[in-house]
Amino acid sequence: MAEEKPLPPKPAPPKPPATMAVIPWQAELAARLKDRFGDRISELSSYLGQNFAIAQPEAIVEILEWLKSEGDFDYLVDITAVDWPKKPDRFELVYILYSFSRNERVRVKASIPEGFRPQSAAGVHLTANWLEREVFDMFGIEFSGHPDLRRILMPEDWQGYPLRKDYPILQQDEHWVHENVGIESGQ
Amino acid sequence: MPDATFLDSTELVLNMGPQHPSTHGVLRVILKLDGEKVLGTDCVIGYLHRGVEKIAENRTYVQFNPYVDRMDYVAAVSNSLGYCLAVEKLINVEAPPRAQTVRVILTELNRIASHLLWLGTHALDIGALTPVFYCFREREEILKIFENYCGARLTTHAFRIGGLQYELYEGFEQEVKAFCDMFLPKVAEYEELLTNNRIWVKRLQNIGILTAEECKQYGVTGPVLRAAGVRWDLRKAQPYCGYEKYDFLIPTRQNGDTYDRYLVRMEEMRQSVRIIRQAVEGIPDGPAIAKVPKVLKPPMGEAYVSIEAPKGELGYYIVSDGSTQPYRVRVRPPSFVNLQALDRMVRGALIADVVAVIGTLDIVLGEVDR
Repeated sequence: MAEEKPLPPKPAPPKPPATMAVIPWQAELAARLKDRFGDRISELSSYLGQNFAIAQPEAIVEILEWLKSEGDFDYLVDITAVDWPKKPDRFELVYILYSFSRNERVRVKASIPEGFRPQSAAGVHLTANWLEREVFDMFGIEFSGHPDLRRILMPEDWQGYPLRKDYPILQQDEHWVHENVGIESGQ
Repeated sequence: MPDATFLDSTELVLNMGPQHPSTHGVLRVILKLDGEKVLGTDCVIGYLHRGVEKIAENRTYVQFNPYVDRMDYVAAVSNSLGYCLAVEKLINVEAPPRAQTVRVILTELNRIASHLLWLGTHALDIGALTPVFYCFREREEILKIFENYCGARLTTHAFRIGGLQYELYEGFEQEVKAFCDMFLPKVAEYEELLTNNRIWVKRLQNIGILTAEECKQYGVTGPVLRAAGVRWDLRKAQPYCGYEKYDFLIPTRQNGDTYDRYLVRMEEMRQSVRIIRQAVEGIPDGPAIAKVPKVLKPPMGEAYVSIEAPKGELGYYIVSDGSTQPYRVRVRPPSFVNLQALDRMVRGALIADVVAVIGTLDIVLGEVDR
């Protein structure tokens, strides 16, 4: 082992206050969610004052539907994903919801392995159409039952999914660039 | 969109863009037409895709800050504000009061600049050639203030994580006040040109109607939602930067058509002036930036923070893995989400209305494609 270099003394960073911990989400809505979905929701927590639920991927659309009809979460703000290649369930799907009447935000998250086809939420919220297309485009997650699952930002015949962690920032589809732009490399 | 058949029907597929002047950038809309009537549309986007979210994962939190200005480049200050607030949330730091007040002033100035650009180009699309010159004349005054403050006019990089990089320059307050005094009569001038102009009214009224229910279904926010009668503005609903201290109204209309969206934005400019006047009167003394560690390492976790950008809800979802670089940055762009409603708004309308509706959505392709 190499010798450790002596580090210059530096001021201690400000200690994060106690609110930085993940705390259980305790609210009437959280209790109702737990009652309704039981084991299919594994965690109801709050971090930095933002509430989230971790659910089984099969239950997501049902939860969105329930939140829309019972909880009045009528605005699907965003759908996105995070790639964690080292975890057994590689992708984390994130649905951000907002309720106009309650003025409250909720995140619903689910982890899925590669190749899993989550159900599309386009039947519940129309806005899911393009948002899911972007997730498909960037991560290669295919949503079953989606009305029009095509790439949206990348060219249609592009190979690879850019926001995956194993896709380096300088990588490109050499074949596509050669065919369509007529140059050897876009870099 | 179903395929068109050419020989046995009157249906026609027309390609609009990606270099059409009314698409405000590189947006391609494939229109399916029956004569002049629009039967369906398909938006082809991505021409400006630069992979901003990927770049974020390969830069430190501080390094990524200037990149966000390049998304909605006509409202760069708002982008920067949203990003700084999101990172500040993750490291649990709040900007000092002085910084917050200056942020409000610059963001509202930028909202006016963004609305002015929208108004000028929207009027140009409809065929009114004059307003664009007036709008750019006033917008120039705002850009001069930005230039005096930070040296840049468009991609300002105005804010830093934790507060402001620069102290205000000598005479900032006077210039901002002078702009407010000068600007309000100008709004009346624009309105005189357009609001009761018969061609303007005929081209906009009952065009591209989007009801409140449809707005919520499509996740449409900003002036488009407010024109449909929903009194919702993040500055009021979930105030940030001390917006709760200012006295202002959220303009709304009932019909949700292109004309109402025009009126809502006009009134929003007046309300922005109102906010700026209150803010510039009481810029508190004190530090311009909070104590932020030189090497930013937010603890593991995630946060979603959104602000009311000129175009709607602009959100940042940032995941930290405890390192100096964000693990994932997701930008929730208002333009991208709002553009999805275009199909719903132009079905059954005429080709010329498509131009009006693209203009009224106030999209910026840099933000749609990121």
